[in-house]
Amino acid sequence: MSATAETLYARPRAAGRPAVSPLAVSGLLWLGAAALTHGVPDRNTGITDIAYTPQLAALQAGLGGALLAAGLLGGRLGRPGAALRRAGPWFALIAVLLAAWELLTAKLAVLPLPFFAPPQGLLEVYLDDWARLGLSLWHSVKLLAWGYLIGAALGVLTGISIGWWQQASYWIHPVLRFIGPLPATAWLPVAFFAFPSSWSASVFLIALATGFPVTILTWSGIAGVNKDYYDIARTLGASERFLVLKVAVPAALPHIFVGLFMGLGASFAVLVVAEMLGVKAGLGWYLSWAQGWAAYANMYAALLVMAVMCSSLITLLFRLRDRVLSWQKELVRW
Amino acid sequence: MVTSASRILATPPAAPVEGIRLDVEDVSHAFQLEGQPLPVLNQVSFSAAPGEFVALLGPSGCGKSTLLRLVAGLEHATAGAVRADDAPIRAPDPSRILVFQDPTLYPWRTVEANVALGLEARGLIKNQRHRVAEALDLVGLTGFESAYPRQLSGGMAQRVALARALVNEPRLLLLDEPLGKLDSLTRITMQGELLKLWQQARFTALLVTHDVEEALFLAERVIVFSDRPARIVADVAVDVAYPRHRGDPRLAELRHRILHLLGLDETW
Repeated sequence: MSATAETLYARPRAAGRPAVSPLAVSGLLWLGAAALTHGVPDRNTGITDIAYTPQLAALQAGLGGALLAAGLLGGRLGRPGAALRRAGPWFALIAVLLAAWELLTAKLAVLPLPFFAPPQGLLEVYLDDWARLGLSLWHSVKLLAWGYLIGAALGVLTGISIGWWQQASYWIHPVLRFIGPLPATAWLPVAFFAFPSSWSASVFLIALATGFPVTILTWSGIAGVNKDYYDIARTLGASERFLVLKVAVPAALPHIFVGLFMGLGASFAVLVVAEMLGVKAGLGWYLSWAQGWAAYANMYAALLVMAVMCSSLITLLFRLRDRVLSWQKELVRW
Repeated sequence: MVTSASRILATPPAAPVEGIRLDVEDVSHAFQLEGQPLPVLNQVSFSAAPGEFVALLGPSGCGKSTLLRLVAGLEHATAGAVRADDAPIRAPDPSRILVFQDPTLYPWRTVEANVALGLEARGLIKNQRHRVAEALDLVGLTGFESAYPRQLSGGMAQRVALARALVNEPRLLLLDEPLGKLDSLTRITMQGELLKLWQQARFTALLVTHDVEEALFLAERVIVFSDRPARIVADVAVDVAYPRHRGDPRLAELRHRILHLLGLDETW
């Protein structure tokens, strides 16, 4: 297996090793994009001013120069250099896409302003409105953390309970079947007047959205544990507590992590809706606020921050799983 | 075999344990299968003296494994009594340990942590961690402490399972076809090792197998069972001293007799 993989990889490398590193090429592309941003005049349609064009050009030029330098230095950069080289084609693609975006919006106005903000519009938001955007991010992360952690903890506990104790299963299972499939956002109107604050209502909703998949998958994980594992532990003198904590839970962990992953996705959806409709802070609020003021650049900027946040949190969860489940043979790499 | 056996005599066991005296009296057992009782054991009675090695031999699926589960205390007999040192067996106890056909190691634990399981479960791990290393040494797996079960071969995994049992210093070792899934060469090696471990520790051993040769090579007595519902067909004493030789004519003679009892001697 590894031998075939090696020969498969070795052939194109040996035959067609590029004379110029892709990193240097992408650096040149970024410099080209900078030249485009700087050299071609902006077409102002009169509705929205285009500012920060020089800053964008400088940023592109700076990045281009750095990539070019890294490309020329080649192997002398060690491990970070290797990671950078792998990302080389992506840097190139982003440079081209950014230049196209710049061309279609700021330079040619093919895509009409203000609905389609030019790249420098986003840059403007990050440079001028970073305080508010940062605060919104902080509020979102805080709300999400409370809701998600409470939901995940309760979900794991509920899942273990119904997987382990018949009595718990008898009482909780029907409730779960009835309420679980209901989207958490359906509770929104009720939650906002039933809870003392829209913030606590949102924590509840996020916890609910997280808790359902976590419960179901924890439960199925516990139910699927090889019965011999219990017999082994029992003959070795294990107490019931030991059977739950040291046998059932570790054996169910792969399932539990699938639940945590699904719960995280569900929690994002509820977070944004809750912030758009009730909570007066956070990225969701920022989004709807920006839309209300027709500040489309702010909207895109917030969307980008949100994408980075969600992706980072998922990455964090996968890292945690890779650590905890390092005993598994093959894991999907995120 | 000769060399390893003489080595055993030269090194006395570190912690000799007294084997359990086991009494199985008139045990019958039935499973409920779709509401219908399915009898698996039919009035089985036998005893094993402390430190004795007894093999339970019979056609596969005849109920021998169920008998082991009853002795382990994992299930309760429908009728009859199972006693360890004259005390009725009601629940599992670390003095009676079961080794399965599958090693059933916990895949999330390293070899060391798997072996430590019993000590951990009983809260002894803090003071007696050294026993884990001793048990691993006993089965020849020193150096594999931090390996995960998926990295082990079948024979190695089964050795870990044996170490996991032996670390508790069992007084009765219940072996449910422990070598059944190994290739024949590993199997021969492991039979020798099993014998060595038994001779060192002197626990009572109850081995379920459907391999006549294995039963005769290892056990002092071979109890032959019928098809399900299992009843005892014969109780054969293996009157051959250890170390035994696989080619011993007396073993061949006993083998013939047992195959005859099972109705399988047509091709002898």
